[in-house]
Amino acid sequence: MADQAVPMEQHSPFLQHHFDDLDQQLDSSTLGMWVFLLTEIMFFGGMFGAYTIYRSMYPEAFASTSRHMIPWLGGINTAVLICSSLTMALAVRSAQIGKRNLIRIFLIATMIFGIAFIGVKFTEYYLHWKDHLVPWAGFQYPEAPQFFRQAQILFCFYFFMTGFHALHMFVGLGLLTWLLIKNERITFGPTYYNPVEITGLYWHFVDIVWIFLFPLLYLIGAHS
Amino acid sequence: MPEYHLLPDAAAVSATAYDYLWWYEVGIAAIMTALIFAGVFYFAIRYRRRSEADAPPMIEGSRFLEITWSVIPFLVMLTFFFWGAALYFRSQSPPPDAMNVYVVAKQWMWKVQYPNGVREINELHVPVGRPVKLTMASEDVIHSFFVPAFRLKRDVVPGRYNQMWFTATKPGRYHLFCAEYCGTEHSGMIGWVTVMEPKDFQNWLVSGGGEGSMASQGQKLFQQYGCSTCHLFDEQGRCPNLKGMYGSRVLLSDGRTVVADEAYIRESILDPNAKIVAGFSRDIMPTFQGVLNEEQVLELTEYIKSLAETHGGIFTDVQTGPTAGGGRGGSIANAGQGSLDTRGTSMTNQPPRPEANAQAQDATQPPAPLATSAGTGGKR
Amino acid sequence: MSTERREVTPINYLNATTGWKSWLFTTDHKRIAVLYLISITVFFILGGIFASLMRLELTTPQGDMFSSDTYNKLFTMHGVVMIFFFLIPSIPATLGNFLIPMMVGARDLAFPKVNLLSWYLYIAGGIFALAAILAGGVDTGWTFYTPYSTTYSNAYVMPAVVGVFIAGFSSILTGLNFIVTVHKMRAPGMTWGRLPLFVWSMYATSLIQVLGTPVIAITLALVGLERVFHVGIFDPAIGGDPILFQHMFWFYSHPAVYIMILPGMGVISEVVGCFSRKRPFGYSFIAGSSLAIAVLGFLVWGHHMFVTGQSMYASMVFSMLSFLVAVPSAIKVFNWTATMYKGSVSYNTPMLYAFGFIGLFTIGGLTGLMLATLAVDVHVTRTYFVVAHFHYVMVGGMVMAYLGGLHFWWPKITGRMYPEIWARIAAAITFVGFNLTFGPQFLLGYMGMVRRYHSYAPEFQPLNVLSSAGASILAVGYAIPFVYFLWSLTKGEKAPSNPWGAKGLEWETASPPPTFNFDHTPVVTEPAYAYAKEEEVHVG
Repeated sequence: MADQAVPMEQHSPFLQHHFDDLDQQLDSSTLGMWVFLLTEIMFFGGMFGAYTIYRSMYPEAFASTSRHMIPWLGGINTAVLICSSLTMALAVRSAQIGKRNLIRIFLIATMIFGIAFIGVKFTEYYLHWKDHLVPWAGFQYPEAPQFFRQAQILFCFYFFMTGFHALHMFVGLGLLTWLLIKNERITFGPTYYNPVEITGLYWHFVDIVWIFLFPLLYLIGAHS
Repeated sequence: MPEYHLLPDAAAVSATAYDYLWWYEVGIAAIMTALIFAGVFYFAIRYRRRSEADAPPMIEGSRFLEITWSVIPFLVMLTFFFWGAALYFRSQSPPPDAMNVYVVAKQWMWKVQYPNGVREINELHVPVGRPVKLTMASEDVIHSFFVPAFRLKRDVVPGRYNQMWFTATKPGRYHLFCAEYCGTEHSGMIGWVTVMEPKDFQNWLVSGGGEGSMASQGQKLFQQYGCSTCHLFDEQGRCPNLKGMYGSRVLLSDGRTVVADEAYIRESILDPNAKIVAGFSRDIMPTFQGVLNEEQVLELTEYIKSLAETHGGIFTDVQTGPTAGGGRGGSIANAGQGSLDTRGTSMTNQPPRPEANAQAQDATQPPAPLATSAGTGGKR
Repeated sequence: MSTERREVTPINYLNATTGWKSWLFTTDHKRIAVLYLISITVFFILGGIFASLMRLELTTPQGDMFSSDTYNKLFTMHGVVMIFFFLIPSIPATLGNFLIPMMVGARDLAFPKVNLLSWYLYIAGGIFALAAILAGGVDTGWTFYTPYSTTYSNAYVMPAVVGVFIAGFSSILTGLNFIVTVHKMRAPGMTWGRLPLFVWSMYATSLIQVLGTPVIAITLALVGLERVFHVGIFDPAIGGDPILFQHMFWFYSHPAVYIMILPGMGVISEVVGCFSRKRPFGYSFIAGSSLAIAVLGFLVWGHHMFVTGQSMYASMVFSMLSFLVAVPSAIKVFNWTATMYKGSVSYNTPMLYAFGFIGLFTIGGLTGLMLATLAVDVHVTRTYFVVAHFHYVMVGGMVMAYLGGLHFWWPKITGRMYPEIWARIAAAITFVGFNLTFGPQFLLGYMGMVRRYHSYAPEFQPLNVLSSAGASILAVGYAIPFVYFLWSLTKGEKAPSNPWGAKGLEWETASPPPTFNFDHTPVVTEPAYAYAKEEEVHVG
């Protein structure tokens, strides 16, 4: 079995030493992020599946609870997230062409959209809380007492699913902060923009989860 | 020293049928195991290392062998599957004339009730040669009703009914075990199934007595909780009349048709809005979840099963005493509305008969739900 | 100047750096493997103590040694510890971590820091589980069936559930690391078709870990939510469905049992090949069957629920699929046996464990076919028949393979040889003890003895006594390697780089290997298991 030394010229400052070359490193980290997102799909999928089952078991209770969703607030959030994905994609593009200023601007814009999303979401939560619709904080359902139990379950899933999504948004904001700092310290460019790219993958995934959540919770089968 | 049997008794039709399949599979498994053990043993000795200079040939594989030893075992497995599925299918299909017994499981005891009112705890008496169908409910967690001598078990799941049926063949006393972990005294939730000759069983059942049959208990509950005001005597068409309903096909407001079996009755009591009969409104019947326990629901079920087509007359007491398939109720006054079924097992296809005390047909009354008609949502 | 040592020990991953920080903050996959080895051994001993106490109690029909509650906690914690903190990490986190980079010719896994994070997550999960145990225990069964676990249990369910949840992420990250490593870090010339079969098994295992574990995570999260807030997700009294819990739980936990056997199968492929001095028969079929098991394993979860009252037709589908998933396993057993044909078979300890595996896995698998048969399952499910079945595959199978693998690669991991005579004696004792423990349980199940029973009907006693006697022998069989492995660390014969004459990249480097595995990146030019240089012979 012949041996071969690692060529010396592929020694970028970003190369981690267990990789043979930068390409291998970038390929690996991208694949790693994709596999991670696959696990996230299974995670959210389990929740979505359980929710769908309960919704089909209790269609009238669902129709009743869906009146409490505020579609236009959800719609704003959808628009906000889509814009944030745009700015994120632009940040990745800026990193590819190595424009530090643009990276900074687009990362900050993405974060602003993300914070706006969370703000709207928490406003919704607050409104629900005022209406006594939070299952573990004095849940009441006077308008349709026969649906009390089912409504509680459905709202539980609502908070759980959107809450987990919001948690992933927080993590995303953390990643963006880390990227912002990293952008000041190192120079992203055509040979090395991988951290921005895989953060972008994560951010787009979180966006796509919302694209599924929004119609499922707010739009389909909702009665006004 | 207790009697020691190496192998369990086979005391039901299902058990003898089971044992043939069981020993067939044990036999095949033993043969396969012996073949593998022999193969490994033989090769390990025949081809043992003689010296460090041994140079075995590089054998890649053999597609022929791979296919052969995949296909042949799979064909053998298919015999397992089909035989097992056939027996399973049979064990899930109780005959219509099976004797009904009701079981309520709770931590940590089995409460058994016969339609004539006889109750027992941790004991079940059944006759030889007669199919028996157990309808089982749980008051708390998941339990499982297991009779090794019958080779049968069935989980008892809270929130629903599960059924299990068998035909005992051999008189004797057999173990009953709870087979799903249910908490502290899970291993104490045991009892006995006693199989008796039919005559002995009849004697036993009659002498058991109790405070009245399940159906008569159910009738008391029916009146006590106000069910009769709506479901028997209602003159405004607020709710479906229940006479003859059990076993019939019911058209629902969403277009589905369901069979009115025990599970349907239970759900209608505990979650009335889950299924609304076509032509009636939702949110009228209150839920009895938390008000009635599983035993009371079973008693009501027995009562509702006993409601038959009326031949006129006044509401009478249900007869007590031993009956073959549960107490058959007395006649009930027709409340003037259309009956709930058209193809019920106990009903003929007669139009509803106006009673002397029935109101004139109201033009706005909801139509009788006819399962045969397609889409008769309209008024008559 | 004379030195005190007569020979200079070359620098390897064990002595390259010293101090506790160099171990607790290491990113070297081999050191992380050793960290795992120590921690899972601790949990194995704990789980074994619980089992021993159970078997002691079961020598008499009455529940006279422990209270019912205590016994219930014993079997629960035995299951939780053995499954989540021993079996699932066992081969992947120790042998997998250690060997996969070397087997593909890489210097480390794709994400070394994530690897370390995996270990810390495992420890964190373990701490929660230990907290549950020390605080008073869990008594729900490792299956956490609702509504008992959500509403009725008075035990420390939450810490146990949290511990399993966290350990699940350890498992996911390990699987993720392996998948990316196998895809992206293979040395030049190491094509997929030249990968060792151990890598194929580990790849299939990683797929299951990555896809299945998130579902148990969400299921347990819902159980936790339910237990704390009583919102009714799984409690029928408030509108929930307890059977939904079972579907979600088994959707992961069935594939999980393939996580708990596939790595063992990978070890057996390596060991049988080496000690027959032949390329494993039907390489591509063995590799493909690993993937088939991973895929089909996701489709059969309903066979745990044949008596719950689920639809008869669903049960039939699950039964048929369960038979299908048995075929790839059978293929492996036949291929391993055929590998010895015209081979040069030596009876070293790893090979003895492999023989044990093949025999015991066969029995376990065949009894699995019996459980897949609908009508048969109705009688024997929830009895000791099932207990015997899964112990045959998990202990007679996986643990034997784990021990065989430990012995096989011990020289590589530690640079020392274990004492061969004692090792063979221990292997034999383990085999005898195991069969005596679990063989009678098949009969007990058919006779009707229910599992998780603290006290039992008196006619079951003789077989129970036999089983407990076997357990004491099995304990001896496990204790002996523990002693001599420790002994070998300082007193064992120093190992050469390839004591067995095996084929594989890991054997081309020193024992123990240097920190970066190879001095130069290997280039692969020959197929896997090139034991003979002659022309390949295709039979049939």
